[in-house]
Formats: sequence, C-alpha cells, structure tokens
Amino acid sequence: MTLFDYPFMINALRAGTIVAVVSGAMGWFMVLRRQTFAGHTLSLIGFPGAAGAILIGLSPAFGYFGFCLAAGVIIAMASPPVGSALYSEESAVIGSVQAFSLACGFLFVNLYHGDLNGLTNLLFGSFLGITNGQVVSLLAVALPALVALGLIARPLLFASVDPEVAAAAGIPVRLLAVVFLLLLGVAAAEASQITGSLLVFALLVLPPATAQVITGRPLLGIGLSVLLGLAVTWAGLVMAYYTPYPTGAFITTLSFAAYVAARSIRVLNARTRKDPASLREAMA
Amino acid sequence: MKPAHLVSGAIAATSTEVIHARGASVRFGERLLWSAVDLHIGPGTFTAILGPNGAGKSTLLKVLLGLQPLAGGTVDVLGAPAGAARRRIGYVPQRRGFDRTLRIRGVDVVRLGLDGSRWGVPVSPIRSRRTREALAEVVDLVGASRYASRPIGELSGGEQQRLVVAQALVRRPELLLLDEPLDSLDLANQAAVAALVQRICRERGVTVVMVAHDVNPILQFLDQVVYVAEGKAVVGAPNDVITTQTLSALYGARVEVLRASDGRLVVVGTPEAPALHADRHAG
Repeated sequence: MTLFDYPFMINALRAGTIVAVVSGAMGWFMVLRRQTFAGHTLSLIGFPGAAGAILIGLSPAFGYFGFCLAAGVIIAMASPPVGSALYSEESAVIGSVQAFSLACGFLFVNLYHGDLNGLTNLLFGSFLGITNGQVVSLLAVALPALVALGLIARPLLFASVDPEVAAAAGIPVRLLAVVFLLLLGVAAAEASQITGSLLVFALLVLPPATAQVITGRPLLGIGLSVLLGLAVTWAGLVMAYYTPYPTGAFITTLSFAAYVAARSIRVLNARTRKDPASLREAMA
Repeated sequence: MKPAHLVSGAIAATSTEVIHARGASVRFGERLLWSAVDLHIGPGTFTAILGPNGAGKSTLLKVLLGLQPLAGGTVDVLGAPAGAARRRIGYVPQRRGFDRTLRIRGVDVVRLGLDGSRWGVPVSPIRSRRTREALAEVVDLVGASRYASRPIGELSGGEQQRLVVAQALVRRPELLLLDEPLDSLDLANQAAVAALVQRICRERGVTVVMVAHDVNPILQFLDQVVYVAEGKAVVGAPNDVITTQTLSALYGARVEVLRASDGRLVVVGTPEAPALHADRHAG
C-alpha cells in the first residue's frame, strides 16, 4: 500500500493543494501591503469561529468563514484613509480584536466541554478525515476568490505600492483595501482548516515572504510563492504520513527553512559583492 | 483630442490654454484657503507654484486633478472641467520615498503608470511587447536604465524620483503635475531632476506645473510663477513676481527679496516659515 491508496491521504493532498495555492497568491499581496499583522489576526479569529460553530452544532467551516470575513470588514473599517498620517490606530484595533477573539475561542471550547484533542486540532490543524465534501467546499470558495484576485490584481498592486498616485489615477483604493481583506479572510479561513489557526502563518506568510526575498518581479513572485506553498504542503503531508508528528509542524518547519535559506543566500551574495549598501539591504 | 461638445464661446476662447482658472477658491471647513485665483497656463510651459508651508500649494495641484472640490469659480484643465481629463495628466505626489524593504523592481513601479489601473490579467502578447517598448523608452528618457530592474526600495532618493517621473510620463501625458519633486534630494540630484523636467517640457512639449519649496534649482527654466500666500495668489513671470514689491503687497507686510551673487533668490521677513530659503532643513 502506498500513501496514494488511502482516500484520506488523497483528500489531504487535494485540500492542501487548494489551500497552498490560495495562501500563496493572497499572502504575496499581504506581505507586499505590510498587512501580516492583519493576516495573523484573521487567521486566529478562525479559532473562536470554529469553536463557536461546534458549540452550536454547526460545521467548523461555517465558523471559520463567518468570523474571518467579519473580521476582514472590521479591520478594513479601522484602516486609515489614503495619504493620512503614517501612524494610525489600525494595529491597536487589530490587536484588540485578536485578543478578544482568542478569549472567546477558549471560552467556547470550555463551554463545549470538548476534549483537548479538539482544541489541538483547531489550533494546530488536522489533515486526517478530510471528506470529499470538504474538498469540494474548499474549491468552491477558492476558485471565485482566485478569480476575484486576478481581476483586481493590477489595480491592487498599484494601490499597494503607490496609493496616492493610484488614487489620482481614479483607482478606488479604499474599496480595494476592503475587498482584499475579505479575500485574505477567505484565504485564512481555508488555510485554518488544514494547518489550524496558529499555523496559518506558515502558508500565508512564509512562502510569499521567501518569494519576495528571491525576486522583485510581481508575476514571478506570485508564481514562486504558490510553488513554494505547494512544495512545503505536499512534503509536510508526506512526512506526517510516515512519522507520528503533526503536519503543521512539518509545513511550518519546511517553510521557515526555505525563508532562512533565501535570506542567508541574499546576505552571502551581498557579502561577496563587498557592497556595503546592498549588504545593509540584505540584512534589513 | 478635444471633446466635441465643447463649443460654447467661453471655453472655445480658452482652448489653447492647458489650464484656465477663473475666480477659483478652496475652503477647508470654515477657513477659506485661498480665493479669487485666476490662472492661465499655456501649452509646453513650465510653471512653479511657490509659497509658504500651509498656503495651499499642494491643494492647488489636487484642484487641477479634480480631487479637491472648489468652493467657487471654475477650473478647466485640457479643455474640460478639472478631473475629466485625468488620464491625460501625469502626477507625481509629494512623498517620503518608498519603503526601504519594498521588493518591487523600479520598472514595475513605472509600469503601474501605464497599466496599473487596468482590471484583469494581462494576456495580449502584442500589448505586452508594446508595453515593454514603452517602458524601455521612458526609463531611458529619465536616465534610469542602469538601475530600473533593481528593487525600488534599494535605490537612492534621486533614482527613485527619476523612476516616479518616468511612471508619470509613461502614458505620454500632455500635462505633468509635480509636488515638491526636489524635496529631500541632495543639491546634485536636485539640479539633475530639475534639468530632466525641463528637458521633458521643452523636447516633448509637455506642460509642467511644479510645486516647489525652493525656487532656485528651477528658476532658470521657469516661464511663470504662481505665488500663493495669505489666501491669495500672484501669477506672472518669475522676475515680476519674486520681487520685494510684489511679495510685500501679497503678504501685506515688509518682505525682502535678496539676490545672491550666484543669482539665487532668498526671501526674508515672511510672516510664516521662510519660503524660499536655500536651506530649508536648517529652519
């Protein structure tokens, strides 16, 4: 028996693939827009969502999507308008939402009197027992989200890199920010179901951040980010299959190793060029 | 390319002007920022907007872009009410520079000026070849070919400024609006970027309106000066406007314009922050 003979492994790979593609693409824009803190909160907020959904007898997927999308709207409303002061209340609002959501999550888990294993799954993920129906529902949400991202990709890039000029060119910068946070909420909710709320970062941040260390070309960077996400997800799933350790730990460790490797190579390259300016950049 | 419906006498008479403002005024809440501003800017000319901090120089650019509504008067830009011809205008806003860790190539930032406002994914190979040619040409025009493929965050202020000028030019605008593009550049780069803007103005016939804190780096290139202060504006040739008499009348207080031996102008005694000091960072 190879691992492909087990339906649960096939479904885990399918789900992992969908999640890696969505996270790689959305995460690239998130890292570019310096919204990793918002992305982290959107990921964490899936935890009380899922716990609450279980508490009232619903599928955790409803909780993940409901809470992540609602949080996306709240964070978007707290974000500063274009051209306003550099320091805004945004991160304080995000932090407050995050703290409160974690508190709710633990309360819901306690109210449910759930076993500790359920909590571990919500926080650190589980790839066992993903049903065909779950794969289809992941895909049904992922495809429209990716199409939407493709449609807004260039104006979103413009608004992310150069918001004032984008606004002057007639791009609805504020609306794009809201739409993007909703898409990011979708990505976080999807990834949460595979990696768990605490490890969503592995897929949402590390492959895109690694890709941006490697290349400054937008299209190449997004492609690289997706490929890296796919590689670590597949490798993580296979490693977890052969060992008693959790998937999330492997996915995270592999992503982190790739990130550290990319940055180290950049620093080494700058050193060999003996160019103090580029070395400073590489270390930054 | 003039809209066909613009046949009324008043507008037809001004059709040779790129910017035509009559009695324009802007209000921020209760405060009238400036009022009764008349402005005529002809094609291919180089105009500077000068004045102390907070006088409303940048706001005047936003009015021309149609981003700031008027409290009174009218402003026509490129033969249409301000804002209607936005796609024929290149705009370089005031900025602090790109984030040092921003990992996007300079040429990609330039490209945003060309197709950044298009929705959807680029698919046409013909269009992408044209795009590459247009990008190479404009990057060459601003002299940024050497470093355009490096991440923009790693570039110096002068290099970044050349690339954002290229971004504003890539769509071949008829009017270029620049908000303090020389700010935060060292003297050598100020002179180089000023000369670049002058070259674009003269060789390509692009009308240039530049907000400037210090007039000296561009003084020799200017056709016209708009001096905004005390809620009013004076418009005219640099030598007529930047004088002790004109500025004293504008400020309603004794202001003195001094000419250094190298031709640089220094305005002293302005009621607010010194406007034309050679070294603004000392103040």
